[in-house]
Amino acid sequence: MNNAPLKIEVKDLNFYYGRVHALKDINLNVYEKKVTAIIGPSGCGKTTLLRCFNRMHDLYPGNRYEGEIILYPDKVNIVGKDVDPIMVRMRIGMVFQKPNPFPKSIYENVAYGLKLKGIKKKSVLDEKVEQALRGAALWEEVKDRLHENAYSLSGGQQQRLCIARAIAPEPEVLLFDEPTSALDPISTAKIEDLIVELKNRLTILIVTHNMQQAARISDYTAFMYMGKLIEYGPTEKIFTKPDEKLTEDYITGRFG
Amino acid sequence: MGDERHLRSVILKRKVINVVMLTLSTLTAMYGLVWLFWILGDVLLNGFRFISLQLFLNDPTPPGIEGGGLRHAFVGHFIITSLAALIGVPIGIGTGIFFAEYGRHSKLIKTFRNITDVLVSFPSIVIGTFVYALMVKPLGHFSAVSGSVSLALLMIPVIAITTDEILKLVPNSLREAGYALGAHRWQVIKDISISAAKRGILTGVILGIARISGETAPLLFTSFNNNFFSLDITKPMASLTVTIFQYAMGPYEEWHRQAWAASLVLTFGTLLFFITAKAVVHGMRRSA
Repeated sequence: MNNAPLKIEVKDLNFYYGRVHALKDINLNVYEKKVTAIIGPSGCGKTTLLRCFNRMHDLYPGNRYEGEIILYPDKVNIVGKDVDPIMVRMRIGMVFQKPNPFPKSIYENVAYGLKLKGIKKKSVLDEKVEQALRGAALWEEVKDRLHENAYSLSGGQQQRLCIARAIAPEPEVLLFDEPTSALDPISTAKIEDLIVELKNRLTILIVTHNMQQAARISDYTAFMYMGKLIEYGPTEKIFTKPDEKLTEDYITGRFG
Repeated sequence: MGDERHLRSVILKRKVINVVMLTLSTLTAMYGLVWLFWILGDVLLNGFRFISLQLFLNDPTPPGIEGGGLRHAFVGHFIITSLAALIGVPIGIGTGIFFAEYGRHSKLIKTFRNITDVLVSFPSIVIGTFVYALMVKPLGHFSAVSGSVSLALLMIPVIAITTDEILKLVPNSLREAGYALGAHRWQVIKDISISAAKRGILTGVILGIARISGETAPLLFTSFNNNFFSLDITKPMASLTVTIFQYAMGPYEEWHRQAWAASLVLTFGTLLFFITAKAVVHGMRRSA
């Protein structure tokens, strides 16, 4: 049932915060232009795993990766010591838990990643900013106020702005870290629609606390518990007939 | 019934304590304000009587000859303070950025930051003698630039600590958003941290300049004084504060009058600077 090519291959990944062994022997295949959800109870390591994919852990001292995360098609090892995290982050974007637009104008927010890539020409920037805002289903709401401060937007709009900012430089993979946990149900629905829409263009990994959300939008689901990947497979299977007792207990709300 | 009586007495007790504490804190606030307004009023009344145009336009005349002014000290004060800001502001901001952005996880830098905290309230006269030993002694004479250096040393900790505190208020999630787009460290600092904190940093600069604009002690050992108009920063230069000190201590009535007038200009000049700068910083909020 799966013909999608491999996009990311996690091989025996271990991760340490100082002496704390946070991720244990993770193996996971992420398929191109699919939505892969990572679920599990608080503290299970799902956000830690997500932040390995764009080397966010490198920003803080004492963190250590072991194993490999292979990014296709060029098979570069994301967590390899000789790989520049900046190159990784330009190919793999991220949307955070709380909307975190820069204290700049709406336009400047979306243009920032493009400028980092060295795009300076105003006409190109204008075009790509519009494209990204359209892609994030925000263009109609902000097209007349592009130069207003991003904080003038509502929480849900800010999160869509953050999505526009992340997709503007056209990354291959987009990481979502519980992107709707700070939003109301209507804004949440808009973001979910957007994620489904976005998978036509790129590969998506999403960490979520909300199991219904994982069931609604993802093609594959990974269940994590205490730093280990307990079970991974097509979402339908994980939610209807999981192999592991632990997965079933979590999904049916017996713990977590 | 007994319970209600008890409750009533508890409430009454609280009301009494409330009135007592409110009175005490009002009195302490009044105590401080009385002195402040006394000083301001005194300077205003006495200074206003003696202020005149010639004070700004003329240089001093020998005692006994009418028509002297303090142009030399106004200009000197402006030069020494501006030069101090020119040295102190970039170093102060740079130090603050270093503490907050690069030194976040280093114990050594935490120690430096604590020492800088102590330096904020360091006795300014010690800075004066330090710069005396460092610059005045080796060069062989007093100079305006050594005065500026000692004032700069006074303002650097103030600006560094404010910049550091303000940058620490910038949420880390903003920095992470910048890094996640592939920004380098300096790009994140410049485009995100500083951009988000610029009003606070400017407030630190204002505080730093306000801190030095009324200093006398460090200048006594460095820029010293000059009875003549001078623009040469390698030579002794008059400043308002040292001139006020000299004139107020001097034997001539005319000097005392000029000292009052100079005090007025210094006090309200600093106040005016503070208010204008605050208004500018406040105005940035809307345009940002």
